[in-house]
Amino acid sequence: MEIVLVVLAVLVVLVAGVLLVRSVATRRAGTVELEPAEREVAPPDGGSAVVVEELAAEAVPATESVEVAEAPTRPRFRERLERARSRFGDAIGALRGSRIDESVWEELEYALLGADVGVDATEDLLASVRSTVAERRLTEGDELLDVLKEEMRVRLGGFDTSLHSGDTPPTVWLLVGVNGVGKTTTAGKLAHRAKIEGRTVMLAAGDTFRAAAAEQLGMWAERTGASMVRGADGGDPSAVVFDAIEAAAARGCDLVIADTAGRLHTKSNLMEELGKVRRVAERGAGTVTEVLLVLDATTGQNGLVQAQQFTDAVDLSGVVLTKLDGSAKGGIVLAIQTQLGIPVKLVGLGEGADDLVPFDADEFVEALFS
Amino acid sequence: MFETLSDRFETIFSRLRGRGKLSESDVDEVLREIRVALLEADVALPVVKTFVERVRTQAVGEEVSRALNPAQQVIKIVHGELIAILGGETFKLSYASKPPTVILMAGLQGSGKTTNTAKLAKWFKAQGRNPLMVGADLQRPAAVAQLQTLGAQIDVPVFSEPSDPVAVAAAGLEHAQRTGRDVLLVDTAGRLSIDSELMDEVRRISEVVSPDYTLLVIDAMTGQDAVATAEAFHATLELDGVVLTKLDGDARGGAALSVREVVGRPIAFASTGEKLEDFDLFHPDRLAGRILGMGDVLSLIEKAEQVYEAEEAEEAAARLMEGRFTLEDFLHQLQQIKKMGPLSGIMGMLPGVPKEVRNAEIDDRQIGKVEAMIRSMTPAERVEPGVIDGSRRARIAAGSGTTPNDISMLVKQFTEMQRMMKKMGGAGSKKALGKARKGKKRKGPGGGRVTVRGGPSAPMPDLAAELEAQMGRVGSQRSGGGKVPPADDLTLPGLP
Repeated sequence: MEIVLVVLAVLVVLVAGVLLVRSVATRRAGTVELEPAEREVAPPDGGSAVVVEELAAEAVPATESVEVAEAPTRPRFRERLERARSRFGDAIGALRGSRIDESVWEELEYALLGADVGVDATEDLLASVRSTVAERRLTEGDELLDVLKEEMRVRLGGFDTSLHSGDTPPTVWLLVGVNGVGKTTTAGKLAHRAKIEGRTVMLAAGDTFRAAAAEQLGMWAERTGASMVRGADGGDPSAVVFDAIEAAAARGCDLVIADTAGRLHTKSNLMEELGKVRRVAERGAGTVTEVLLVLDATTGQNGLVQAQQFTDAVDLSGVVLTKLDGSAKGGIVLAIQTQLGIPVKLVGLGEGADDLVPFDADEFVEALFS
Repeated sequence: MFETLSDRFETIFSRLRGRGKLSESDVDEVLREIRVALLEADVALPVVKTFVERVRTQAVGEEVSRALNPAQQVIKIVHGELIAILGGETFKLSYASKPPTVILMAGLQGSGKTTNTAKLAKWFKAQGRNPLMVGADLQRPAAVAQLQTLGAQIDVPVFSEPSDPVAVAAAGLEHAQRTGRDVLLVDTAGRLSIDSELMDEVRRISEVVSPDYTLLVIDAMTGQDAVATAEAFHATLELDGVVLTKLDGDARGGAALSVREVVGRPIAFASTGEKLEDFDLFHPDRLAGRILGMGDVLSLIEKAEQVYEAEEAEEAAARLMEGRFTLEDFLHQLQQIKKMGPLSGIMGMLPGVPKEVRNAEIDDRQIGKVEAMIRSMTPAERVEPGVIDGSRRARIAAGSGTTPNDISMLVKQFTEMQRMMKKMGGAGSKKALGKARKGKKRKGPGGGRVTVRGGPSAPMPDLAAELEAQMGRVGSQRSGGGKVPPADDLTLPGLP
């Protein structure tokens, strides 16, 4: 069965490929530019080139804007989100005091879609709200709103959102995600949180690809007083993470936070590399208890595909929703939670070290409706 | 994960088949599907609304064309409209009469400003310019170090100092003038559009360097927020264009459409990969097809070009037609195709492949299995698979870790294919090729036995004709230096 499929697929591609190249070649002067298809991977000596850096919390460069507060006061969702009173909020405001009619439903749909909740999730959500409204014979906009809030709370709540620690230290938390969502920053903020809780933290600079990613994480290590293990640029990230875990075990650090390079979920070789990072990390002295997908709140419908692909590769334990202090609402997490069952565990509400807070479904919903 | 627009249309129009004319209620139904498709592609809601209305006016008023069936007609209108919006006004870059030409890069955190500043610098270098990059992102730790590393890779100097972003930008401009650099690229820190303090800072940077071009860097994965962001940046900085990044993922990139429509500025550049050379001027027609979830033939061609040598392909094609195609050749092609990436990914890019086949989950490890089987054959067996008898089969199976049954299946498939190809070659012209293939798919491997999730019920469309038509587009586009092909030339894939 599978073989038939492969032969068929290869044939279709082959015929198409030949046809394509043929016609392009005849149309063009005949110069074919060859580009290497793979992202270049440096020689697999990452392991041996690993340097352990001891970084004391020394003078922070004057240009840094992030301040490390002594006692963190947890920023509230609502006050952060109030800065960006959304279309959502406006639409909801118009609902209050009005009676339920078709235009109300349209408003709601508009608001949910505008918050990136997505077509399917929105239809699904509104369908259950509709049936509840019909069942209870509700007529007022405010009542409808309460039903919607409750429905969203039910969908978003009920998940275990705590960050787990293993029985045998060091505990390993792995951060994964596409490019530019804030993995390195989240690693730094997590280290800061853990420090305040009195844990000893080792950061693993598993992003060996992006220029200066390790330097960026190094500055966080410096700021939070965590140790850090880094490898050679372009080295094997699995080796770096493994060495960090071993180093943590040797020095009695109880938490390893591993940063990884951003990768698009469509690049199968890079996803396999990530799978290897996880497998190798499991083999070390510690236990991998959290694999967190870092997701940018501005991400649209592609977020669901991302979550699916990443969980296929590394079995995610949760999501960190970053940049929620902007005008984006991050509604895609609703689909991620309900369709894939992956809970949001943390949210990023700003650039400060303390701006990473636990996810709270009630507050999230309230913030949307405020 | 998302159904393509053509798949959706297939469902609707299968009910309407034979009518050949669109009633108003048909149009309504079709427009609903377009709306959903656009929303799933992350096109902003207000933009979707106006867009759908525009399509409605055209679709209802349109005379029923004889050449196209209703589905093709509607998709043609939608596609044409998308291209009109995306490419109505292509980005033209002219250099300042008094150098340097200053380019300011702005955007949200993580959209790719630093990387794309370097990519753009490399692009300018390729145009024979002498760029200087200014690292004015003093916010993110090590952002300047990142720019410096990238600068070293592309051999472009970087100016920065640990003061404040506005001062750095001003000093960078002075530095460029002093050192005779004719293009100045200013990388700024990522900022949220609602952060008034930082928005004010970037406005001041803009004031001191008075950029010739201000580019907003936007992630192709951005959702509904793209509009709010673009509007806010446009209000503060007066944008000249957009750099669309991370287009190498599978996000449909509807954000580009929203931004184009809302701020009325063209998408100037697109970044399509992690390497610094994966960056070029933007091709509107590619994105239009992508937003609609149609096959991305152009990207496929690029992939094919990376692995196929033109002469080699000619040779292979000739052998195919003459029936001299052996298992050895098949093995070689298999390896070439493997280089193009996962098989299912390539299938997805092909237009005209029915969704049953396209969505079939092909495990790429199976390719290895087929490869192993051929490798376990002797050269003679590869040329003439007919000689493989029971004992040879057992040997090959043992050598490749498969079962004799697998071997006979492979041989059978291959022989059938060979026969078909020979027939096609005998028929001669390309048109006959198309027909012959159609026949082959029905009787051959694509027919009754390949029951992929209930079996392909839709007839395999004429792939060859499809490709020919697409090639027409490509040819005209390439020779025309990236001009938009006239909409009439467009043959739309995926439709029966």
